[in-house]
Amino acid sequence: MTVEEIATLVQGEIIAGTEYKDKKVERVFASDLMSDVLTLKDYDNLMLVTGLCNLQSIRTCEMSDIEIILIVRGKVVTPEMLELAEDNDMVVIRTDFSLYKTSGILYGAGIPPVY
Amino acid sequence: MDFVYHVEGGDFTNAGSTSSEVKRMLKKLGVSPDIVKRTVVALYEAEVNIVAHAYRGDITVDLEEDKVRIVLADEGPGIPNIDWAMQKGNSTASPKVREMGFGAGMGLPNIKNNSDELNIQSEVGKGTTIEFVNYFNK
Repeated sequence: MTVEEIATLVQGEIIAGTEYKDKKVERVFASDLMSDVLTLKDYDNLMLVTGLCNLQSIRTCEMSDIEIILIVRGKVVTPEMLELAEDNDMVVIRTDFSLYKTSGILYGAGIPPVY
Repeated sequence: MDFVYHVEGGDFTNAGSTSSEVKRMLKKLGVSPDIVKRTVVALYEAEVNIVAHAYRGDITVDLEEDKVRIVLADEGPGIPNIDWAMQKGNSTASPKVREMGFGAGMGLPNIKNNSDELNIQSEVGKGTTIEFVNYFNK
């Protein structure tokens, strides 16, 4: 599934990396705990779904080679976060849906989990 | 070749900026992506530890032909029991650190998982030094 299709499914919007809207997402991991994200093995085209909305959520993706992040619960993404994401060629999507609802929609649409 | 970076305790805005620079440097040198990831994940965990627990610290990155050696030396409260701190789930992190998505007691074990050699020295009331080495060709 593409970034654009995911944004549509969760009634969200792509707020950084719109040029990568056709990028594929093959797996999803959902967590507010960045320590958990940092323990993940390598997966191509992995997307993080999180309600943790601060610079460290972007940094954690940078270190973990995760290029797509979906921020849930209508959190406000700061300009500093967007700048850091764009510096690292990352895609940021936001949605007003909860972590549970977002995860349910994506799982129901057939995107597999990491484990 | 040595590179030295300074880290301030409590500065969550810049936490990870050293790891980011080192990642760029290793990629530019053509180090394989899996070694780059292991190295920067270990470094980022340790850098966040300085920000979360110490007053300040210095990170020295020593690049050699076959390996990278990274030393993080901080001034801070130190770790009273390293064996305890190395066990998953054990943490003394503040609520603020937990709000940032850390403090679950997974940092030191994850540094160990992502390094080829790890040495931790700590003195209560003085500080902690973490040294790890990753080899480019294993």
